[in-house]
Amino acid sequence: MRDVIQRNLPALVVFVATVAVWELVIRVLQVRSFILPAPSSIVGALLKNWTADYQLFRAAQTTLLEAGGGLVIGGALGVVTAFAIARFAAAREIVLPIAVAMNAIPIVAFAPIANNWFGVLSPYSKMAIAGTLVFFPIMINVLRGLTQVDDSALELMRSYAASEMAVLRKLRIPNALPFFLTGLKIGTTLSLIGAVVGEYFGGLNVALGRVVVESASTLAFEVTWAAILVVSVTGIAMYLVVTGAERVLIPWHSSVRGERVA
Amino acid sequence: MTDKSVVSLSGVDKAFSLPDGSAMTALSGIGLEIDRGEFVSLIGPSGCGKSTLLRLIGDLTQPTAGSVMVNGKPAPQARLARDYGMVFQAPVLFDWRTVEENVRLPLELLGQERSAREARVTEMLKLVELSDFRRHHPYQLSGGMQQRVAIARALAFSPSILLMDEPFGALDEMTRERMNSEVLRIWQQTGITIVFVTHSIPEAVFLSSRVVVMSSRPGRITRVVEIELPQPRDLETRESRRYFEMVTEVREALRGEGRRDESVASLERAEAEGLLG
Repeated sequence: MRDVIQRNLPALVVFVATVAVWELVIRVLQVRSFILPAPSSIVGALLKNWTADYQLFRAAQTTLLEAGGGLVIGGALGVVTAFAIARFAAAREIVLPIAVAMNAIPIVAFAPIANNWFGVLSPYSKMAIAGTLVFFPIMINVLRGLTQVDDSALELMRSYAASEMAVLRKLRIPNALPFFLTGLKIGTTLSLIGAVVGEYFGGLNVALGRVVVESASTLAFEVTWAAILVVSVTGIAMYLVVTGAERVLIPWHSSVRGERVA
Repeated sequence: MTDKSVVSLSGVDKAFSLPDGSAMTALSGIGLEIDRGEFVSLIGPSGCGKSTLLRLIGDLTQPTAGSVMVNGKPAPQARLARDYGMVFQAPVLFDWRTVEENVRLPLELLGQERSAREARVTEMLKLVELSDFRRHHPYQLSGGMQQRVAIARALAFSPSILLMDEPFGALDEMTRERMNSEVLRIWQQTGITIVFVTHSIPEAVFLSSRVVVMSSRPGRITRVVEIELPQPRDLETRESRRYFEMVTEVREALRGEGRRDESVASLERAEAEGLLG
């Protein structure tokens, strides 16, 4: 714990200093709160609306559920697709160009349509957007992990007369695990973006995206900022969960080892 | 082919097709018999096809013409019967597996029973003197230790032949000499047949019972040198006169070919310039 604090000390100092300067600038220059509220009034709004009024705590739960659901659904579809593509060359030729083209489309533009298809008040419409956003990075990363296997390792398995199944289980899947976790890390952020943007276009009132839209429309910008703060912390928390999973699942991987040494 | 033969190649050609559609002859007219318990090194300049020859024996690539027999079977059958262990220049350990799990890999594929498996892993780790490191991951080991794990893994299912493709090429000279002694000790303890690719003359001489000298373009066997050095070999062997004589003989066998090429080239040049005839 102590070295965690020590390692992150510079970042922490910069963060605290930034907040202090922010507070000072607002007070000294008397910046109007609808342009930029002071950190103290954002925290005040956060505490006031935690369970009352905008109910930020419950709103965070709603949004987290939507983002998490999207991550699971999009991630699962991404993994299944990657396995199919890795296994069948024909699938690669059909699916990959479509997936690449799909990834070039700004998927959030489809948010109103997803709301229409899956029900504007239903969490599934938000999961659909989040899941679509998450699908591509996870699919591509897992595919890379399954196919970018060391040639010598494949020859080694061949020298053991290993079956395709054994090569998959003992070589390709373990090789793909770090890639999957990288995709999942990218996916956490994307799933949250998908859920929040989906909420911008309508949904239950107790959801972070709705709080942002509604507080802004009534010029209660401290609440808007407070909601953005909660979204950010939720995103960081999701990311940290995956990072923690990496430490447990792939302690041997250079990315995890690197962190330990630094 | 004699009954003692473990590897028997006759009339083997290997051509690779290049992207532009033409063919490149890597090996031409290769004939070689390797007896049970022999230690044979393949040596030659880069591009002489020595690695390709090793890979042909291991059925990692197939000949364009000729026959490759291993233990009296065609090479593909020998591979399916798991007749050989393979050690590459890189250790090719699986990062996610500990040392003992890496050594266990071929035994898992064989579907061996757990207790027999564990006993075998323990035995192999003892053989390469890594018993204290069984729960380490590859990244925690030095290059020489990683290569020892690879050797233990190759020997785990008791193959009759060990194919080694420049296994110590990436190691420093000190570690390399230690690994040479280690391999000789293992060879003597197990009685296994070893085919060893190298481009180090001292290494080939120190290790082998026979050194196969190859030349390039196209790859062919130019000479086979019997290494008459007493067993067991140790540091004193490396300092003996006989050893230096053998090293010189192999070097000359390698260079002899080069010189002839050179003289032919200068002859051709002379002809072209109209100096002759």
